[in-house]
Amino acid sequence: MAEFLSGAALFVLAMVALGLARVLRGPGDADRMMAAQLLGTGGIAVLLLLAAATGVTAAIDVALTLALLAVFAAAVFAVGKTGG
Amino acid sequence: MSAALNAFTIVAVSAGALFFLAGSVGLLRFPDPMSRLHALTKADNLGLGLVVLGLLPWADGVLAGLKLVAVWLLVQLAGATATQLVARAVRRGQG
Repeated sequence: MAEFLSGAALFVLAMVALGLARVLRGPGDADRMMAAQLLGTGGIAVLLLLAAATGVTAAIDVALTLALLAVFAAAVFAVGKTGG
Repeated sequence: MSAALNAFTIVAVSAGALFFLAGSVGLLRFPDPMSRLHALTKADNLGLGLVVLGLLPWADGVLAGLKLVAVWLLVQLAGATATQLVARAVRRGQG
């Protein structure tokens, strides 16, 4: 099962990397922010999968931190754009 | 029992990975920011949700399982808020 979970983590990571092409293409800042949000969610999924695959449960705490940071990034973006 | 759990995990995690694929393709292919946001939220909610569902049988103990669900719930709450904020910025023509 560990092999499957690692493979799934790799697949999700590849998909998120694909989505990051939107950062290059834009056109708007919001589109770039969306790609960053996808990176946040995908990173959480990868960390959870790797935590289950390797038995390193501390990775779940890292995933929680990442979830918190991702929403702060989006909130700061929106506040900067709309002025609160 | 173990084989059934393995099959459950494989099906759920694969379905979740499929939603991440759909989210990335949608983010790249959809024509306007609002529909791209729509594709993104599917990856957020269903992709991560199915991955967490698939991992639940492998959590050691009820508490670890609840923690996984808590991660998902936090992402749900945060994702809904962040999506509204980004959509508002797009709507005001500042995206």
